[in-house]
Amino acid sequence: MKKDIILAGVGGQGILSIASVIDFAALSIGYHVKQAEVHGMSQRGGAVQSNLRISDSPIYSDLIPLSGADLIISVEPMESLRYIPYLNDGGWVITSKDCFKNIPNYPDEHELFSQIEKLPHSIAVEAEHLAREAGSAKASNIVMLGVAAPFLGISVEKLKEAIVSIFSEKGQKIIDINLKAFDAGLACSKK
Amino acid sequence: MLLLGAEAIAQGAIDAGLSGVYAYPGTPSTEITTYIQNSKEAVQKGIRSSWSTNEKTAYEAAIGMSFTGKRSMVCMKHVGLNVAADAFINSAVTGVNGGLILVVADDPSMHSSQNEQDSRFFGKFAMIPVIEPSTQQEAYDAVRYGFEISEKYKTPVMMRIPTRLSHSRSGIVRKEPMAQNPVKLPDDPVQFMLLPAYSRIKYHRLVELQQEFENESEKSALNSLEINNPEGKGVIAFGIGYNYLMENIAGLQSEYNILKISQYPMPRKKVEELFKNSSKVLVLEEGYPIYEELLRGYLNDGNTFPIDGKLNGVVVREGELTPDNVAVSLSLKKSTVQSIDEIVKGRPPQLCQGCSHRDTFDALNAALADVEYHKVFADIGCYTLGALPPYNAVHTCVDMGASITMAKGAADAGFSPAVAVIGDSTFTHSGITGLLDAVNDHSPVTIIISDNSTTAMTGGQDSAGTGKMAEICIGVGVKPEHIRVIEPLAKNFEENVAILREEIAYNDVSVILSVRECIQTQLKRKKTEKKDEPLVKNCKHE
Repeated sequence: MKKDIILAGVGGQGILSIASVIDFAALSIGYHVKQAEVHGMSQRGGAVQSNLRISDSPIYSDLIPLSGADLIISVEPMESLRYIPYLNDGGWVITSKDCFKNIPNYPDEHELFSQIEKLPHSIAVEAEHLAREAGSAKASNIVMLGVAAPFLGISVEKLKEAIVSIFSEKGQKIIDINLKAFDAGLACSKK
Repeated sequence: MLLLGAEAIAQGAIDAGLSGVYAYPGTPSTEITTYIQNSKEAVQKGIRSSWSTNEKTAYEAAIGMSFTGKRSMVCMKHVGLNVAADAFINSAVTGVNGGLILVVADDPSMHSSQNEQDSRFFGKFAMIPVIEPSTQQEAYDAVRYGFEISEKYKTPVMMRIPTRLSHSRSGIVRKEPMAQNPVKLPDDPVQFMLLPAYSRIKYHRLVELQQEFENESEKSALNSLEINNPEGKGVIAFGIGYNYLMENIAGLQSEYNILKISQYPMPRKKVEELFKNSSKVLVLEEGYPIYEELLRGYLNDGNTFPIDGKLNGVVVREGELTPDNVAVSLSLKKSTVQSIDEIVKGRPPQLCQGCSHRDTFDALNAALADVEYHKVFADIGCYTLGALPPYNAVHTCVDMGASITMAKGAADAGFSPAVAVIGDSTFTHSGITGLLDAVNDHSPVTIIISDNSTTAMTGGQDSAGTGKMAEICIGVGVKPEHIRVIEPLAKNFEENVAILREEIAYNDVSVILSVRECIQTQLKRKKTEKKDEPLVKNCKHE
């Protein structure tokens, strides 16, 4: 078992909350984890990514090699395409369709979405909309985690356990919203 | 525990009997100190951890704690060590009493820095042991080991980490926590007295220690030699270079002789053994080709022992190592890589919506609009982003505090108007002395202190001068009537522009305090305040 995942987004969107659930679940199974993050200047509204590596054997590099990623999970559609050089041949791109337009030359949405559709393996979902339905727009990252769940090499049960543990401090209501968001994402993936 | 490399060092120090950490924030080193500040254990143990005004004051305080026999750690980014260099180099001569570790985080590829200087050079310059861990676990373990070496030889020890180790998480296995050292003053009553007569004795001791340090490297578990293929290819992999090597040669390991080095000075016997058994040696250093240059020799240039590395273009000369460029260095074939579609546009970092610097720059640009050729001297912080569109408001960024002194130098040369923009934390870090120079010379400069009451760029750490800016400027000798306070908000735009114009026209030192809290810090503060309210209300806001 070895999964190399690139998490993508814009500084401030909180891609690391997705990582923390996957980390928790992976560690509970006894997998090795490495997770390279971006701190510092780029966090100010710039493009950010995290390299998340999970394996049942020791992991050497903190960085995923080019053409090495099994999965790109992005909380922003344009950002999902930025890391395509890192995707391997059978790799999947899983992205939210919620555009974050903080640059003047942001591409046309329709062109952007059709570019994502053209990829051999991609899923794009209205994450924020689904999150709102689940009870909070803030849960859109967990919607994306739900979409990605079948590709992670970790069971849905373990991921849900991780959600419960990670949000336990915030109370049952928040846990429920996030579990609902997760299921909504998972349903998209199964379609 | 899943910890960042920086956090692993922090936890390692807490568990190794640390009594105090001293630091000024700087990417990628900040998280070491914030981890200790947020650690309940560290609080229980009474470990001292608040921020210092700059790296030099931090380093000196760490020496002082070591003087009493306690273990201290001092953390900074690579360029911070330039600021602390005086204390650092001299601490190698005095030696230490309680263990002292300097953790310095380098930033190859300049993710968040103005250069990519290699701190191992400083370690060599100071003639002290340097540890360069390759993994988070090694970093955790090396703190304890570093303190042991430090106390055994009464020497400061440098631990050097690059961005990729500092900012990457991995599982950590902890060791049994140790108690802190008791207070015990140095046996040598003049150990920390560097009068020339004493200094010569102490420097002699440092020179004598060099062989001991090498012997330690020779037997250190951090350095390991694997001869798998006599006459085969050899690699010396330093620090995290080892990770990229191993990532690439999984399954091919039997073809290579590998010397992993994570402790300096280099273990000479192991290096000789590697060269003896290898037809050619690839040198993988994260940073400058410091050891490659040494191994090549100036006149010999690697002729006796063939070497590949940065100096002959086999390894990238600039920027960080990656699994990909190391694959090229190893002449390994890689699969074809898909390219990025042109629909993807660059997304550079920018000032946050609602950031006070935005309003300061709007006012400054308007105040200077009539000046045909104007340049504004700036400094290091979020506001450096004011150099980018749409503001294009500032034009220099060299080192901490240089805005004021460069404006002064330009004013001395007749450049007018000489305007400086500096943040509150940068001002107290290294701006005050420059301001004193300007006051003493009556230099016609206008200094805008864009005061957001935090060290924002690194994530909102406490700023040493919060609430004291005007008093500091008055104390340095700026005339109180030329210290003007403005609130950078759109509604105050006209008034702020007018004040800026008045002070720019003044023919001596003037200071504009542009004060409004960083919006990120403000958000965080409000969140923390909200935590105390009932949970139901909290949910409603989610």
